[in-house]
Amino acid sequence: MDLISLIILLAKILIIMFGVLVLGAAMAVLAERRVSAFIQERLGPNRVGPGGIIQPFADVVKLVMKEDIVPVQANRFIHDMAPIISISVALSTFAIIPFGNSIELFGRQIKLIIADVDIGILYLLALTSIGVYGVSLAGWSSNNKYSLLGGLRSSAQLISYELSMGLSLIGVLMISSTLRLDRIVLLQTEYFWGIIPKWNIFLQPLGFITFVIAAFAETNRLPFDLPEAEPELVGGYHTEYTGMKFGLFFLAEYANVIASSAVTVTLFLGGWHLPYVDQLGISPFILSLLQILTFLVKVILLVLFFIVVRWTIPRFRYDQLMHIGWKVMLPVAIANFLITGLIMLFR
Amino acid sequence: MKTYGPIIRKKDLTLLQKSYIPEILKGLRMTIGQMFKPTFTSQFPEERFKPEPSFRGRPVLVTEQGVERCVACGLCARVCPSLAIEVQAGETELMKERYPVKFEINMLRCIFCGFCEEVCPEEAIIMSNDYLLVFSSQEEALFGKERLLKSTEELKERLEFLRNHR
Repeated sequence: MDLISLIILLAKILIIMFGVLVLGAAMAVLAERRVSAFIQERLGPNRVGPGGIIQPFADVVKLVMKEDIVPVQANRFIHDMAPIISISVALSTFAIIPFGNSIELFGRQIKLIIADVDIGILYLLALTSIGVYGVSLAGWSSNNKYSLLGGLRSSAQLISYELSMGLSLIGVLMISSTLRLDRIVLLQTEYFWGIIPKWNIFLQPLGFITFVIAAFAETNRLPFDLPEAEPELVGGYHTEYTGMKFGLFFLAEYANVIASSAVTVTLFLGGWHLPYVDQLGISPFILSLLQILTFLVKVILLVLFFIVVRWTIPRFRYDQLMHIGWKVMLPVAIANFLITGLIMLFR
Repeated sequence: MKTYGPIIRKKDLTLLQKSYIPEILKGLRMTIGQMFKPTFTSQFPEERFKPEPSFRGRPVLVTEQGVERCVACGLCARVCPSLAIEVQAGETELMKERYPVKFEINMLRCIFCGFCEEVCPEEAIIMSNDYLLVFSSQEEALFGKERLLKSTEELKERLEFLRNHR
């Protein structure tokens, strides 16, 4: 690898990390607070900066200034490691997400994906299973019954839903016969009968629904937020966390929401594909900028969907959670890929 | 009164109802519709809440042509459940013959019950619509006569309300 491509890679990493962590996660926190306020006929934080734009940064300053408290009997090393695992796993997911096709800058063709690897989806599934460690280690090392219960619930929940998540992805893998995410997006840029874009949501509606539900469970968002169920578990796995260590868990949650939205967009909603515009003959540079914008808009809409769902649906009971995970989601996901396989066999 | 029978939980839901999806969409429609409704929040320091005349704010002494109506009978001090009022009477050359030399309300003790207003035979102490009470020390919370006086013009709405509703 020559020096220039290394610099380009570093630039991509820096832009993505900055965009996701500073703009993405912070704005998602703000959006959560303001959208929930609008739903409840309030205004939400609107004092710091125009429309409250700087509020999340003020929150971060507050969190950094706070005292870092570690419980006496806690395992100090693991207690410090847990939030680091959470945030780094949440951010590593973005390495394989294509946020555009390719762009020509200074005479070089740059692919808009950080790690152009062959095993894209496997990497994704591997990372989501590492993500469990952040939460369960946080619960284990705090030496607190609420934290421990939160961590245990989280590991049980994530293991149950990872199965249906993986199985609902198999349908997509079968019709696109590749694990590379950029190939999967490229396959979605075609059209049915020249009109309807060939997005995977139209080919795999069942897979899409199961994947989105599993994504809610994987990110510990509201219908499935049992690991941090406030009325029963105080704060769940992060009860004993203060200051910026708590802030890291908080940011990791929103980074995870953005990551799941980005993955869903890439796999099911056509990624950066903006229908009909690619036939108009716009110059390739503007077209690739438009594609990046399309991807961002799709991700933002999905993040807003995550937020609105949180303020709509009440929390499941634990037995309902397990019932849905094992008795509904798993059979539906299996049926989905069986049907896909049968259709592919007899066509 | 309408009576309700035992709650019957429907067991024979259709497959579509069991999948929750239409119900979730209904809920989402409601929350998204809720987002575009006007909010009830008022932006406090810029936008002040103007209380109705029935509002019981801090108690004040009514003055007519610069002289308080109070005749220092002490009924308010007597009725005050939290012992917030202290009155000392003195003699005066005016028609009312008595006036309060000292009239002090401890605003940390006051519970805004309005008993003093109810018991006052002269309509001299009434509840105003002033609700912004901020102190930085115990001494500041002792409101003497000079801070309690308010003219009839300022209290017109409350006086009118008391006349109509008592």
